[in-house]
Amino acid sequence: MSVNQKIVDSLVKNKVEFVTTVPCKQLAGVIDLVEKSDDILHVPSNKEDEGMGLCAGAYMGGKRPAIIMQNTAIGVTINTLATLIQYYTIPLPMIISYRGELGERVACQVEMAVHTKALLNQLNIQTYHFHTPDDVDELDTILNHTYMSRKPTAILTDSNFWGGY
Amino acid sequence: MIRSEVLKNLIPLITDELVVSNIGLPSQELHMMDDQPSNFYMLGTMGLSSSIGLGLALSQKAKVISIDGDGSVLTNLGTLPTIGNNPAKNFILFIVDNGSYGSTGDQPTYAGKKTSLTEVARACGCENVVECQAEEAVDVMKAALAADEMTIIVCKCESGNIQVPVIELDAPVIRHRFMEEVAKRNA
Repeated sequence: MSVNQKIVDSLVKNKVEFVTTVPCKQLAGVIDLVEKSDDILHVPSNKEDEGMGLCAGAYMGGKRPAIIMQNTAIGVTINTLATLIQYYTIPLPMIISYRGELGERVACQVEMAVHTKALLNQLNIQTYHFHTPDDVDELDTILNHTYMSRKPTAILTDSNFWGGY
Repeated sequence: MIRSEVLKNLIPLITDELVVSNIGLPSQELHMMDDQPSNFYMLGTMGLSSSIGLGLALSQKAKVISIDGDGSVLTNLGTLPTIGNNPAKNFILFIVDNGSYGSTGDQPTYAGKKTSLTEVARACGCENVVECQAEEAVDVMKAALAADEMTIIVCKCESGNIQVPVIELDAPVIRHRFMEEVAKRNA
């Protein structure tokens, strides 16, 4: 089974019913499966902070939310993470394409990659790094932990996890 | 008529509805005039009132009113295509369009100059967009509450502010009591 399918199966198994996405080349497959899932309402957003607003609303409406986005979005969403998601104690799994890691061909992607973990650390965001395809087996536990703790969680998924660029 | 007067007139209509209120003075004015557990006050994060309201409307059955401002919508302009392409019958976006960033000292916005948020919303795919004057807001809100379709209201009013206290409620308390109201309305 592909990691894309495993991610979507894990979302469904953990009753994640509202997913917003901002695309990345590495995320194309999983976004496609989210869109096709009968168990998930997929609302694409134009910018990741907007997407976090949608997720906050969905959570208050009784649905478990998640956002799928690229690591460059950490630069976009720091204010929203601090003043909405963290301040109001809203659980939010963030499945993040970790661009700019080993094997990257676009030099500019490295510029945000070098800040990604430092920014997440500065925000005290619990962070997991998927490097090999088998790491996806931990997603169930991470999702469960995220909703239990009512905090944002970053799941960084690098190129090696996705099977190379 | 300024924003606080528009909100005051709307209170009898919206007091029992789920309301997501924009950061700064809109939340503070609503909190001072009619604090309700069914009000979700934004204490930070400019621009996301409409996004939170849409996410909420798409996730449960009760009517949701987002009170937003022209400056805030301009900050998060990407919200309008998302709203237009994911219409929720139970969602009302009420934009107080006073042509200024009220909470920061009434600096002019582009919505008070050449930009029409009404036309932008329509161009973004929102099908039921009503522009009104402050004096018409109550009638327009009544119609939107009675309608079985999503409504975007652009309410033109004058800029200006009243003195209001800051909101002392803790954010998780605001969220918790709001979620209890949402659950009640979906029981």
